[in-house]
Amino acid sequence: MGRGGATTFQQDLANSDCIVDIGSNMAENHPVGFQWVMEARLRGAKVIHVDPRYTRTSAVSHLHVPLRAGTDIAFLGGIVNYILENERYFEEYVKTYTNAPTIIEEDFKDTEDLDGLFSGWDPESGSYDPSSWQYAGMTVHSSAGKREQGGLTGEQSSPGSEMGKLEGGLPPEMDETLQHERCVFQLLKKHYSRYTPEMVEQITGVDRNLFTQVAETICENSGRERTTSFAYAVGWTQHTHGVQNIRTAAIIQLLLGNIGRPGGGIMALRGHASIQGSTDIPTLFNILPGYIPMPHAHQGQDLQQFIDRAAPATGFWGNMRAYTVSLLKSYFGDAATRENDFCFDYLPRLTGDHSIYPAVMGMVDGWCKGFLVMGQNPAVGAANGKLQRLALANLDWLVVRDLYECETASFWHDSPEIETGEFKPEEIGTEVFFMPAASHVEKAGSFTNTQRLLQWRHKAIDPKGDCRSELWFMYHLGRKIKEKLSGSDDPKNHPIRDLKWDYPTEMENGVEEPNPHSVLREINGWDENNSALGSYLQVKDDGSTSCGCWIYCGVYANEENQAARRKPGQEQSWVAPEWGWAWPMNRRILYNRASADPEGKPWSERKKCVWWDEDNGQWTGYDVPDFSPSKRPDYVPEDDAQAEDAIRGDKPFIMQADGTGWLYVPAGLTDGPMPTHYEPEESPFDNALYGQRANPARQRFPRNDNRYNPSYGQPGSEVFPYVLSTYRLTEHHTAGGMSRTTEHLSELMPEMFCEVSPELAEERGLENGGWATIVTMRSAIEARVLVTDRLAPLLVQGQKTYLVGMPYHWGSRGIVTGDSANDLLGLVLDPNVHIGEYKVATCDIRPGRRPRGPVLVEFVEEYRRRAGAPERVEEFSRNLENQNGGES
Amino acid sequence: MSDQQRILPGSGTTDPYNIEGREAPETRPLIPLGQKSYDGDQQPRMGFFTDTTVCIGCKACEVACKEWNDVPDTIGELTGNSYDNTGGLGADNWRHVAFIEQRKPIYLQENAHLGTPAVEGEPDFRWLMSSDVCKHCTEAPCLDVCPTGSLFRTEFGTVVVQEDICNGCGYCVSACPFGVLEQRERDGRVWKCTLCYDRTKDGLEPACAQACPTDSIQYGPLDELREKANGRLDMLVEAGASDARLYGANEEEYGMGAFFLLLDDPEVYGLPPDPEVVTRKFRSLWGPAAVAASALAAGVAAAFIGGNR
Repeated sequence: MGRGGATTFQQDLANSDCIVDIGSNMAENHPVGFQWVMEARLRGAKVIHVDPRYTRTSAVSHLHVPLRAGTDIAFLGGIVNYILENERYFEEYVKTYTNAPTIIEEDFKDTEDLDGLFSGWDPESGSYDPSSWQYAGMTVHSSAGKREQGGLTGEQSSPGSEMGKLEGGLPPEMDETLQHERCVFQLLKKHYSRYTPEMVEQITGVDRNLFTQVAETICENSGRERTTSFAYAVGWTQHTHGVQNIRTAAIIQLLLGNIGRPGGGIMALRGHASIQGSTDIPTLFNILPGYIPMPHAHQGQDLQQFIDRAAPATGFWGNMRAYTVSLLKSYFGDAATRENDFCFDYLPRLTGDHSIYPAVMGMVDGWCKGFLVMGQNPAVGAANGKLQRLALANLDWLVVRDLYECETASFWHDSPEIETGEFKPEEIGTEVFFMPAASHVEKAGSFTNTQRLLQWRHKAIDPKGDCRSELWFMYHLGRKIKEKLSGSDDPKNHPIRDLKWDYPTEMENGVEEPNPHSVLREINGWDENNSALGSYLQVKDDGSTSCGCWIYCGVYANEENQAARRKPGQEQSWVAPEWGWAWPMNRRILYNRASADPEGKPWSERKKCVWWDEDNGQWTGYDVPDFSPSKRPDYVPEDDAQAEDAIRGDKPFIMQADGTGWLYVPAGLTDGPMPTHYEPEESPFDNALYGQRANPARQRFPRNDNRYNPSYGQPGSEVFPYVLSTYRLTEHHTAGGMSRTTEHLSELMPEMFCEVSPELAEERGLENGGWATIVTMRSAIEARVLVTDRLAPLLVQGQKTYLVGMPYHWGSRGIVTGDSANDLLGLVLDPNVHIGEYKVATCDIRPGRRPRGPVLVEFVEEYRRRAGAPERVEEFSRNLENQNGGES
Repeated sequence: MSDQQRILPGSGTTDPYNIEGREAPETRPLIPLGQKSYDGDQQPRMGFFTDTTVCIGCKACEVACKEWNDVPDTIGELTGNSYDNTGGLGADNWRHVAFIEQRKPIYLQENAHLGTPAVEGEPDFRWLMSSDVCKHCTEAPCLDVCPTGSLFRTEFGTVVVQEDICNGCGYCVSACPFGVLEQRERDGRVWKCTLCYDRTKDGLEPACAQACPTDSIQYGPLDELREKANGRLDMLVEAGASDARLYGANEEEYGMGAFFLLLDDPEVYGLPPDPEVVTRKFRSLWGPAAVAASALAAGVAAAFIGGNR
């Protein structure tokens, strides 16, 4: 659809007629936002929870649908098939607002043709060449995801291979009747034709009648008069096909016409206070603020070549030069000039996958020597805990900024490896610096919440002792580095020398604290007169404007901190536009042009949001229109139009090159244009649909310290017969740093536990309240046992399958301690976004506590031997000299 | 009740500690025994309506209560009783969320909204959650038995223990039909929900009600809450939840200032099905007791008189 954010806001869930909570446990992990789900329910909406476990969310839903962990695409693909087979799609919406009529390249081959692979698969590199997925007659760029595709440096999408362009705002080859065998609509139909209710039951374990009831309920509650919304969280993202899970929901919502409309959309539920903010202004290696891609290491590529390769010329990314130049101006100020290409060469370049997990392996392997950890506790919170701690133990230096000395800071004296004898404190060379951090009430700043909403947070009290804000730490760190390098003429230090680093500071409680408003204002940007910009439409590509994050432009409009607005909801419309500020341009429902029909009239009175006001010649409504304000619904662009001018008046998805919602993704994904059911890396079942078992493009790291359990069909798979899933509880916060240190939270869930069904308890001799040991190829941990009907066994392919559920909040520190569930998981990643498969693995479980001391290591070794594991496995090392396989 | 009144409840002469135009007493006065019963003329009686059908078991009420009232933690072991590690109400737990796992068809909960009965393959299971609290009874036995006046009825009709007066006799503990009252081990005194008396006096709702994200806990004038609860009950019954009922909303049976909407029998939630005001019997015993006391007094007096002779 074009943007990396929830399409709607939580309050709008109250307008839904049906809410599908899937891949999330909203009542437990987003209890405050869940009030609007409860409100929708009181207004008569149907609430459906699809989850392997019966949770607190299920308890207040009308329907709980237990499905096997990791099979969401089979379930959702079944709904796509149901919609298409029964002609339940919103025809007018689909024909005009999606790319359903667009015809695809002749060379494209579907998974139906290639038994689970798409065309372009290269087994040598383990990656796809996506060129055959393209639109017929033209090359279209993606507005998100992988912008430069194919291998390490994106060489394939060189400007030379570009061909064709939009004609009158439309792709050159289309079939408005949706009958052409290569049009997206027909490709979709073919791709999902075998995702029948019977197949869904075979794969997911969901009874076919229950499945049909869900599909029918969603369809009944979609259309002109009604809307359905989806809410997901890390239950979808943390898979080897996480991006495609979400894509499948996007297909359903586009087919049913639920995007851009009140009570519709896809609510991406983020797990922390500012996770949305940390991708908007990223802590990620491969994007710059505002989702501008990080440049790759090309020979002699200048700014303009980078822009040409990385963004579509049509749609709002057609202005990428303005966004990028203004970002460079905010980084380098007066040093960035037209003559020096606005210091484009100062930006670091990508030479591969520099995401966190390969870097952690680099620590083990010795090429990554320093680690700065802020707001994270990887010794507990990251998969394969032993590998994480091994990495920490092999560093030269480690800086941990946290509220408490969390496990990541204390690994050298109290990690589980000390007990097993694998670590000896006196032999660990890592120099650990613990920097006490100020908490959220002890510092001012903004959070960007799950619905793209920036809310200013005022400081309530001064931090104690040496505790400092992030802003203080980063500002003074930068200042000191700049001072140290000030005398250097080495060109490699020029980016630091020229970095604009002039935040005003104020003395607060004896501390020189940078002014957080000045940071937000820099993000917003200013013009040549140093006046705050009002919106990103004012951002220029000639160096006359500065803007730290173009999508946040407007948050300081009129020199006012718009994020600090606090007008109560009762005093304004249901959209509440004067509470805080949402990117982009304070729009609360994205793509809301789609709430009106192609002529600009609301689809229905009940679901109206924005519409075309013919008298005044502009778009108007409850929300800020997500469209060029005076572009007529019947506007047709010239063939050579650029940027937003190339988008027709009836195309609501203005970030996309063709203005449509993409049912089929011709560019931007590394693992296929249409979501396909694959088994998880570790699964007791074969893929019932294709010969290709798991996502072929998933990122694996087969190493001695990151072994995988044998999966279905591999010798030794019977050693790990159960499915394992990890999750969070309401009572604790992620890796526990903020809850295991608090009495009133610790007492509510005082011990690590696992949840099993009565049948599994019977099979393995587990007792409620007793102890169990859970084992994988990585480690073995112990947990108290809760025997519960909430984890019902599922019948899959004629075989009963059992789930072992485990919260992951415990570690060796704090008021309440326990083993860490993440020690059990291996590192295997989604190839698009490098997120780990935390939601599903296989395991064994047995009664009693785990062995202690060195015996534990031997115990796990014994399991490895039983599973037939070789003494050593192929070493995966991703140091800079040994790159292979591109990013996937 | 208007918002203005709600903002400043308890202002004026009904506040025994803040009587306009009078000097503050050097020590806090004992509450005259005559004020033990709630005088409905003073101002609307305030209370809790806990709608368990929308409880999501987040325990925000427990945490908010402890944080606001500075109630000590009780860190123990995992109980193995579903997600309940609090166990019950007591001196150190003034709110308690019960978790009840039942093998009952889920559609009994409220599924009738979907318009279809349970389908084949749907698990026969439901998970009830309910936040329990002191009931702030209309006829509170704990009040009746308190010999020091530590327990008193506030101007909001709620029942509060004054910790600086409680002498730890424990009579109220056995008088309470709900097991709410308990002596704190380390000091022997009795502690329980005050319905956040310090907050309500300032026009704030109690901490638990404010923290509750789904409005499962609602605070307000009791008559309004009862009306709301009856409407909600009708809605549920109409939707097919035939076991739904109100608990403690009927003054003729047993009136509570904190009442509940339940989906099953009270005992399923750990609530007594027929709570009793044990001290009611005291009244019928008062006559004989008085006679006996008089006789005793007369005897003692006679003995003294006789001794003087």
